[in-house]
Amino acid sequence: MIPEIGHFALIIALCLALILALVPAWGAWRGNSVAMALAPGLAIGLLVFVGISFSCLSTAFLQDDFSVKLVASHSNSLLPSIYKFAAVWGNHEGSLLLWALILSLWTAAVALFSSQLPLLVLSRVLSVMGAIALGFLSFSLITSNPFTRLLPAAPADGSDLNPLLQDPGLIIHPPLLYMGYVGFSVAFAFAIAALLGGRLDASWARWSRPWTNIAWAFLSLGIMLGSWWAYYELGWGGWWFWDPVENASFMPWLAGTALIHSLAATEKRGLFKSWTVLLAIFTFSLSLLGTFLVRSGVLTSVHAFATDPARGMFILVFLAVVVGGSLTLYAFRAPAVSSRVSFGWVSRESLLLCNNVVFLVATLTVLFGTLFPLIVDALGLGKVSVGPPYFNAVFVPLMALLVPLMGLGPVSRWKRDAVERWRGELAIPAVVAVLCGITLPLLHAPYNMWVALAVLLSSWLVLGLARDLWQRLRSASSPGQGLARLTPGYCGMLIAHLGFAACVVGIVATSQYSVEHDLKMSPGDSRVLAGYEFHFVEVVQVRGPNFVADEARIEVTRDGVLVASMSPQKRRYLASGSVMTEAAIDAGLFRDLYVAMGEPVGSSGAWAMRLHFKPLVRWMWLGAILMAVGAFTAALDKRYRRQREVVHSSGEVVLRGA
Amino acid sequence: MGPRLKLFLPLILFALLAITLFRGLGLDPNKMPSALIGRPLPEFNLPALNQTGMVSAADVTGQPALLNVWATWCVSCRVEHPYLKQLAQQGIPIFGLNYKDEDRAAQRWLEELGDPYRFNIADREGTLGLDMGVYGAPETYLLDAAGVVRYRHAGVVDEKVWQTILEPLYLELSKGNGAP
Repeated sequence: MIPEIGHFALIIALCLALILALVPAWGAWRGNSVAMALAPGLAIGLLVFVGISFSCLSTAFLQDDFSVKLVASHSNSLLPSIYKFAAVWGNHEGSLLLWALILSLWTAAVALFSSQLPLLVLSRVLSVMGAIALGFLSFSLITSNPFTRLLPAAPADGSDLNPLLQDPGLIIHPPLLYMGYVGFSVAFAFAIAALLGGRLDASWARWSRPWTNIAWAFLSLGIMLGSWWAYYELGWGGWWFWDPVENASFMPWLAGTALIHSLAATEKRGLFKSWTVLLAIFTFSLSLLGTFLVRSGVLTSVHAFATDPARGMFILVFLAVVVGGSLTLYAFRAPAVSSRVSFGWVSRESLLLCNNVVFLVATLTVLFGTLFPLIVDALGLGKVSVGPPYFNAVFVPLMALLVPLMGLGPVSRWKRDAVERWRGELAIPAVVAVLCGITLPLLHAPYNMWVALAVLLSSWLVLGLARDLWQRLRSASSPGQGLARLTPGYCGMLIAHLGFAACVVGIVATSQYSVEHDLKMSPGDSRVLAGYEFHFVEVVQVRGPNFVADEARIEVTRDGVLVASMSPQKRRYLASGSVMTEAAIDAGLFRDLYVAMGEPVGSSGAWAMRLHFKPLVRWMWLGAILMAVGAFTAALDKRYRRQREVVHSSGEVVLRGA
Repeated sequence: MGPRLKLFLPLILFALLAITLFRGLGLDPNKMPSALIGRPLPEFNLPALNQTGMVSAADVTGQPALLNVWATWCVSCRVEHPYLKQLAQQGIPIFGLNYKDEDRAAQRWLEELGDPYRFNIADREGTLGLDMGVYGAPETYLLDAAGVVRYRHAGVVDEKVWQTILEPLYLELSKGNGAP
């Protein structure tokens, strides 16, 4: 019964989405304020019914209702409850429902937190989001119904959730990622609403900014979790593979980064209007494209869901309608005349422009690398593949180009600045950064030029920020007062840029300094790696809820002091019989120790073992967390709320006059 | 109309992309007729992994066999690996083509995960892969006793692929060869 309620709720949600997509938009067109005022209520109704549907599916999973096909093929009675719940989105149909749930969450959030927005704008924005929801809900109902039953022959038990997905990181990774992906639909909806209204002004940018920041923050966290998961779960210490599915989440992130910066220029200076709108469309289009690539089967990837050309066709048509439609609208409605606002070559505007160029090139690089095999194939030129070397070759110089400019950014002034002033401001940071770049890598022999470069660039970035902060604090009467005067927007920028610096150092240091040993070890053996002695004590048999495992006990000492006891496992999952490596990790701010079990060697109890020493690997994820915290902080800026009220009152006047 | 026309550019680019994606839908990335089918492997003379000396096309002839293209940077190869070991245990001869890889990494991989291969061709620069038209790793070629390519499978070889596609062809070739 419960699955039928879920199915029915999904159909009602579809109807609500249809009404939301049509009626308020019609109202906005005809100036009918009754029709427009329906939008917030419909948005909340949409959330309620998609929510009911999602809870019904979750209930079916938690209660082991194997008469539901999806439950039978992705969950079993031995699975711990938390993974039964995570299994809801560990498959195509369920994750699509999660997509719809999160989209309706964002829609309802816009409805609830934008009461200050002119009704005309709000109704258009919600209509656009309703139209997107309509597309996804019909996708779910037509091609991928999660509630399909296996009746009358319901199996006694289900098959296993992919053991790779049975992991705490994977419980929250997809929801976070989708929060980011789908969150860009808000920026998209605002852009479309602005194009429809024909008013691309600073207020539009101001409304979009907090939403874009929050979506970007979630996406950063989602990508970070995915990378962290790959690191500890896949068992060979890698953290990024340039896999098409990873690229699918990375492209909206890159475009979103450009969007955040371009929105700043549009809001503060009324610049780059058409460009920013295009970026908003582009960012969300990449989210949709990512969905298409992951689910259509046009590209092969290990963590693609089961694919089906009919589904691919549906998403492609949807993609064509949404992206093609919005780009057509853009072509007709975007302001064709470049804005009359001028700025000098040496100014914050041109630095933001450089940021946009770098991130756009980065996005297109990833897009091209991901699609290249497909393009060549479609042209009938054969089959090719693009590997990590291509991406690395492009990304390293791009980032090396970006960071020097990034150090200038916070110090720079709008409109017109002077190179002499920059020189005065940043001479000391530049010298100190060079010194850091030369000396800090000395801590780790042998001296590594890449690390030196990374340290140079990041300390330039950090010291530039510090210089600017100091300047601001100094101009206040007391440091406490100066701190209090910093806006959340500024603090957010500070934190996010610091995070980026940490990320750069972490990535380069890990790639350059990591040491790994693959060796045969018998119980009783000891091995020294990077000053740590790994002592292999024994192998014991352990039993988990739905697996049995060989667990190695390894004690790590340094200079005779016990540092860590590590227990990597080799698991065999009972339902599917698949074998998984569970790595043991001793995490630290400055280094990770990582042990993974290979295969047993011979019959004497020896095992192939993989020992890793990974310096600063945490900095990468810490950096991503800082970036997300920064974006959240910036979104808290009171400015967004206060100025919305101002716009609100003038919007009312326009409406009454109409 | 000049400046307005410029704004149509994104739309046009997207239309081109959509056409490509549409064509892509009709293509199966795992199904690739190879120009090599019915022809012998291209000549090569490359170092062997894990042993001194060079190997050439003549070394893979003599019996029907699988030629598996793999690399340590390829995530799917890791998925495929345990099944290749099963096949090797059943006595199916498998040759490896270690594609665009570092020898050291490849050797570590084999030590850690086990080695199902008779030997491995170290195609460090991907030259042989280029001649063969390798799309990406993993890929598996079915060769007959004379070293002629009979079938090519792109993607992971698992139980289903083996039992439905490769095994029937393999058995047929073995029969013709007089082997069991």
